[in-house]
Amino acid sequence: MKASYEFKPINVGRWLIWGIFAVLLLVAPQLFTSSLAITILSQIGIAIIACLSFNILLGQGGMLSFGHAVYTGLGAYLAIHALNAIGNGWYLPVSMVPIVGGIAGMCFAVLFGFVSTKKSGSTFAMITLGLAELVFAMSLMIPEFFGGEGGVSSNRMVGKPFMGISFGPPIQVYYLIAVYTFVATALMFAFTRTPLGRMLNAVRDNPERVEFVGYNTQLVRYFAFVIAGFFAGISGGLAALNFEIVTAEVVGAARSGAYLLFTFLGGATFFFGPILGAVMMVLAFVLFSEFTKAWLLYLGLIFLFMVMYAPGGVAALIMMNLRIASFGHLGKVFGAYLAMAGAGIVAFLGASAMVEMIYHLQLTTGEGSTLSYLGTVLDAKKASSWFGAGFVLATGLFFFEVVRRQYMQQWDEIQEEIEKEIKRREAI
Amino acid sequence: MEFFIISMLNGISYGLLLFMLSSGLTLIFSMMGVLNFAHASFYMLGAYVGYTISKITGFWPALVVAPFVVGLMGAFFEKYFLRKVHKYGHVAELMITFGLSYVILELVQLVWGRIALEFKPPEILQGPAFTLINHSVNGLQFLWGAAPGEMCQAADAAIRVVCSPFPATRAFMMVIALLMLVSVWLLLTRTRIGLVIQAALTHPEAVESLGHNVPAVFMLVFGAGAGLAGLAGVIGGSTFLTEPSMAATVGSVIFVVVVVGGMGSLSGAFLASLIIGLIETFAIAFNYSLGTLAAQLGLNLSAAVQQSSVVKLTLSQVAPILPYLLLVLMLIFRPKGLLGNRDA
Repeated sequence: MKASYEFKPINVGRWLIWGIFAVLLLVAPQLFTSSLAITILSQIGIAIIACLSFNILLGQGGMLSFGHAVYTGLGAYLAIHALNAIGNGWYLPVSMVPIVGGIAGMCFAVLFGFVSTKKSGSTFAMITLGLAELVFAMSLMIPEFFGGEGGVSSNRMVGKPFMGISFGPPIQVYYLIAVYTFVATALMFAFTRTPLGRMLNAVRDNPERVEFVGYNTQLVRYFAFVIAGFFAGISGGLAALNFEIVTAEVVGAARSGAYLLFTFLGGATFFFGPILGAVMMVLAFVLFSEFTKAWLLYLGLIFLFMVMYAPGGVAALIMMNLRIASFGHLGKVFGAYLAMAGAGIVAFLGASAMVEMIYHLQLTTGEGSTLSYLGTVLDAKKASSWFGAGFVLATGLFFFEVVRRQYMQQWDEIQEEIEKEIKRREAI
Repeated sequence: MEFFIISMLNGISYGLLLFMLSSGLTLIFSMMGVLNFAHASFYMLGAYVGYTISKITGFWPALVVAPFVVGLMGAFFEKYFLRKVHKYGHVAELMITFGLSYVILELVQLVWGRIALEFKPPEILQGPAFTLINHSVNGLQFLWGAAPGEMCQAADAAIRVVCSPFPATRAFMMVIALLMLVSVWLLLTRTRIGLVIQAALTHPEAVESLGHNVPAVFMLVFGAGAGLAGLAGVIGGSTFLTEPSMAATVGSVIFVVVVVGGMGSLSGAFLASLIIGLIETFAIAFNYSLGTLAAQLGLNLSAAVQQSSVVKLTLSQVAPILPYLLLVLMLIFRPKGLLGNRDA
């Protein structure tokens, strides 16, 4: 029971975190000023909204959707058509175009959600998959709306400049995206604190009990689905403004899969997890894919191991270590982390050298059998480079396993100590 | 008439291929509660492994060995990956199979390349299994194998002769699928291990306390399901195309089959496979659109409406979305599925 004399007019921690978030959004384009950086930052903002809206379903509602791109994508289509309509004389400020996308996403969620939220669990997942396939197949059949192969393009500078803002330069679009990202993130966080948001968590954890209390679980899922569709549509509308072109792949299965993958990698169990996931998604798609052709393989493997060993994603890893740090034990495992990171990097170097050699043999046969890998030259047709890579991999794995065993022991000891400490504090 | 028979057979053979996949998926689902997202990836692996083995030993040994190899891979995945996430619940299990589908797709492209392979069926399966000859005077004739050229050509211009061959690979696909169906049914109902599997479907704890190794049974079922998918892959890959996108094209359809048939119902999956196979095959053959329908009903559409793509879409063009439409309709009117008994 909370003491009644406690008086807290403001929640300092929360204001601090949201303040930092706002400042980050404001300052980031001033620190990274290249046009590539602005593009990446804009995409990160868009992805943050999309992943957070996806997490309303996955993390807060326990609904695994394979078709979230349907709502971002259809939102993007409606937004780009609205933008074209503004060019033809409609009166609507360009900065409101993402809202059009949001309303479109919400309307489609009202329509499709009625069917898909009839079920939960695995069946829900399959229905969303089927609906996504349906929409994607339709997108190639109706070129009037979807623009066929070439997509629909537009021009975001159609409105009259307002106070010098014409949305011509990318930096202006970035700040529009930043404002939308901040407001949407705040709204989605607020949603988790509403009775509906709480009920959604209850539906995720124990639907049977919720039914007994007297709530309609299907309706709760449906409302959450519609809200997620709204925010997804906003993200799609922002993407339409940012790229000025929308093609059929925005409703495709690959896009939906990416939302799922990165929301999970970021961490579905914490509110801020999808934000981390969104940052990773954009960096992976824009930077990592330039770096290596095998990036999807690495991504899939990382995903597999995260599901197996860290189902809470990166966010849960951070929170677990924060807990240790708050009890002052982080120093004990810090050495183990360094050792594991070192061994892991060695193992990864060996494995990735092998993967790159196979990719080189398979895809770039015209350029001979040698490739440069991190400054060294490997000959993919010589046994020595394969043995070398294999040896590096085996060494890394061996040391990793040795350190991991020690680390697990330390970790368990620390957890026990923390439990004791908590009990001791309660006793005081 | 001969068009109807041949389309019917084509539809049934495609439906049976779908059933070879969805049966494994349904067995795994009803037993372990795991929706194996990578099931179609095992189908693709079967085709590629079969291709490689058939290069070395020929088609027939590959037909036997490739499913075993794929089944072993499936069992390995179950034991070392899937089992570890069992404690995190069904969503995590679905996720890990989802991740696996990514990895398999990339590995297949890594090992076999990104372009379609030429995986030819053996000589004996390359021709037609039989030919239907529709002779406007002599009526319908049935002939095993390919029809000689002179039988398909009318000497007289007034006589119309149409030869419709039915490919042997399709017939072979039907035979294998039916054999598989019968043997799985016999295995499940007539053998000791089949009875244990059936018991473990509904009461795993009770079976375990009777001294059976339920995790091993799970591994066996998962491996067998993957192996069946691999077998379907060898046949499907040699009949259609062996390419990296083959998992995606068939994957979402088999999920539709499982939902439409009713989650966890083997007979429902059988029925749904046949229905979807027939719908897709027949739809491709028809060139009707909303425009021609309106014209036949005597409606006069304005020129602008006639030019819009919705009206111009023919039934053959919308064929790919029909399974998904069926799924949506099924969920609205009968959420349990055709023969499902649980309202999951």
